Amino acid sequence: MADGPGPQTSKELEEFRSETRAWLEANCPALMRTPMGEDDAVWGGRDWKPKHPEQKQWLDAMASKGWTVPTWPTEYGGGGLSPQENTILQDELRRIKARPALMSFGIWMFGPVLLEYGNEAQKKKYLPQIARGEIRWCQGYSEPGAGSDLAGLQTKCEDKGDHYLINGQKVWTSYANEADWIFCLVRTDTKVKHEGISFILFDMTSPGVETRPIKLISGASPFCETFFTDVKVPKENLVGKLNGGWEIAKRLLMYERTSISAGGFGGGAGALPIEEIAKHYVGVEDGKLEDRDLRARIAAHKMYDKAFALTVRRAQEMAKAGDNVSHMASMFKVAAATMNQEKTELIVEAMGNRALGWSGDGFTKGEILAPRAMLRAKGNSIEGGTTEVNLNVVAKRVLGLRDHQ
Amino acid sequence: MFTLTEEHDMLRDAARAFVQEKMPTAHLRAVRESKPDGFDRALWKEMSDLGWAGILIPEEHGGAALGYVGMGLVLEECGRTLAPSPLHSTALVGASALILGGTAAQKAEWLPKIAAGEAVVALAIDESAHHAPEKIKLDAKGRALTGEKKYVADGHVADLLIVAARDGGAVTLFLVPARADGVTITPLKTLDSRGAADIAFNGAKAEPLGGPELVDQVLDRARIGLAAEMLGQATQAFETTSEYLKTRTQFGQLIGSFQALQHRAAKMFVELELTRSCVLAALAALDENRNDVAEHASLAKARAGETLHLVSNEMVQMHGGIGMTDAADPGLYLKRARVAEALYGSASYHRDRYAALNNF
Repeated sequence: MADGPGPQTSKELEEFRSETRAWLEANCPALMRTPMGEDDAVWGGRDWKPKHPEQKQWLDAMASKGWTVPTWPTEYGGGGLSPQENTILQDELRRIKARPALMSFGIWMFGPVLLEYGNEAQKKKYLPQIARGEIRWCQGYSEPGAGSDLAGLQTKCEDKGDHYLINGQKVWTSYANEADWIFCLVRTDTKVKHEGISFILFDMTSPGVETRPIKLISGASPFCETFFTDVKVPKENLVGKLNGGWEIAKRLLMYERTSISAGGFGGGAGALPIEEIAKHYVGVEDGKLEDRDLRARIAAHKMYDKAFALTVRRAQEMAKAGDNVSHMASMFKVAAATMNQEKTELIVEAMGNRALGWSGDGFTKGEILAPRAMLRAKGNSIEGGTTEVNLNVVAKRVLGLRDHQ
Repeated sequence: MFTLTEEHDMLRDAARAFVQEKMPTAHLRAVRESKPDGFDRALWKEMSDLGWAGILIPEEHGGAALGYVGMGLVLEECGRTLAPSPLHSTALVGASALILGGTAAQKAEWLPKIAAGEAVVALAIDESAHHAPEKIKLDAKGRALTGEKKYVADGHVADLLIVAARDGGAVTLFLVPARADGVTITPLKTLDSRGAADIAFNGAKAEPLGGPELVDQVLDRARIGLAAEMLGQATQAFETTSEYLKTRTQFGQLIGSFQALQHRAAKMFVELELTRSCVLAALAALDENRNDVAEHASLAKARAGETLHLVSNEMVQMHGGIGMTDAADPGLYLKRARVAEALYGSASYHRDRYAALNNF
């Protein structure tokens, strides 16, 4: 993404590796190298109160190097690293088991499209805030009547001369109740569908914005209903052209699908491998899991997981070689959702009745998490484009199959 | 890991051009009708003249030394049209065994003949209905082989047999000329028209080849190479089917515009992309001499088996009645698929092995 330096010699890269290693050694606090608990993720934002001072220290250190967004240009708060340097940085972070300094929809989704479609003033204003974790963003996409058919969205945005006026409702807005700003799809022309959508930004503290968390089957409430009543938005907050938002929206979805897939839907660095969980709860006989049918299915799952990781790596190498791999985002989304649902189900199955607890002291903390992870994973094939919508994309855009005539 | 050199690109392009022109599926049909050997010797000579029989063989023995990635590319192209030849049995499996385990004399005797397309080699492993190298019983005491091997690929046309047998302790490999005394070869007519053989040994004199570690090394090369051929088969089966979806009309619509078929096609595409990564990574692991070849081999063979199984079935189903006729190609892909899925271990065998390699 960044205009990194040209091809680097292996000597230069080795130097970068040893400098990076030394810097991380000196700047990553010990606590930030321990496995993350459930609520240890750092999302930043105006209202963020660090649970531990080390979280702030680690975020500030990484942000000072631009390494929360390693490949963004330095003038926007990025690290300006080449892809090879970024690979080394990620290797070294993994090596010391460092926690992510910052989780952010700004980093994963909004920043990349703003770099491409934003004007200079917008990039200068918003990108460094994202890099430093100062502003937490949420995504105003889905509406009650516009889920898979996203372009059917109705949230109205009227031109009032010196400002825009927004009225409508969003749903499934991740962490809207904790976000500072929203990037939002709005309808600026009601006579046409895709060509009447614009991409706009506004402050969630604006008068007329209201959020209500939605309780999910997993017990958590990561999503909200979000209501807009006569919300005034400055005109300079429009990104790209008026009625030109659909192109940006689709590009952002590509980043969203890629980031969801790359993360493998949680699982977390500290999580035990599934076969170790199974060994503990099922038992071992002659070095093999006692339940041979479950063993075979775990093996099949691990092979799928490995095949997926190899394919992500192949796509990265292809992209580096200049091939267009944008078509792979939908494919990765489908595969990653399948994989995580399979994994969380296998874990619940392997744990037997120990995975059937909801709360209280009768189960360990890990046992309580297992069924919730399985329940949460059902959303993986719905959020960010359902599996069905992504299969449509593969069939039509990749395979060239046509619509009914 | 996945980046091809210019030399590899050229090799693949040459293989594609040759196979598409001289060995389309019509060639397999012709072999089925008129060549009991299961392949066309004149074409095998041409393939050898192009250097394919010697892709793995060092230059000093008359080969081109282009490595396993290069071999995989050619096998994939051959898989696309189901081109029958001893490329896998001889140029990959036979050559690998001799290169890795052969003495100087054994290499000097056989490698130039393999590279020139003058000797066919077959690896005799299985002794029952299933691939189970750990259960091999064939007796090699006193370097004389006694016992039976089943479904030896290219065993019916081999000049040299490489036989897995037990001399008291661990399983090792032995070389036996196919026409030696004490060797009885019974040709089999097979589903894929390529043929194979059951082979009985009755005191046949054999030379040892390499040590116990060679068995797994050679088998893993056989698995990875076959997975590359299967990737080619599955890719072509998918592309042919995809084209059919774009031309066949029912209810006044192209059948490819029906979502039920679109989603199944898209799922096949995802499976193919994942399998391609596994096969390419396994071939690269061989060339890079990595220590996780066994894991890569089981991953590639299992994934290729599952993917080819799915795609070959869908190829018949999506072609409808036409897919059931002998005149159309889906049946050819289905038949070769089932043979390739079983050889050197089914997906189920390799899932079990993958679990064992990962200690569970």
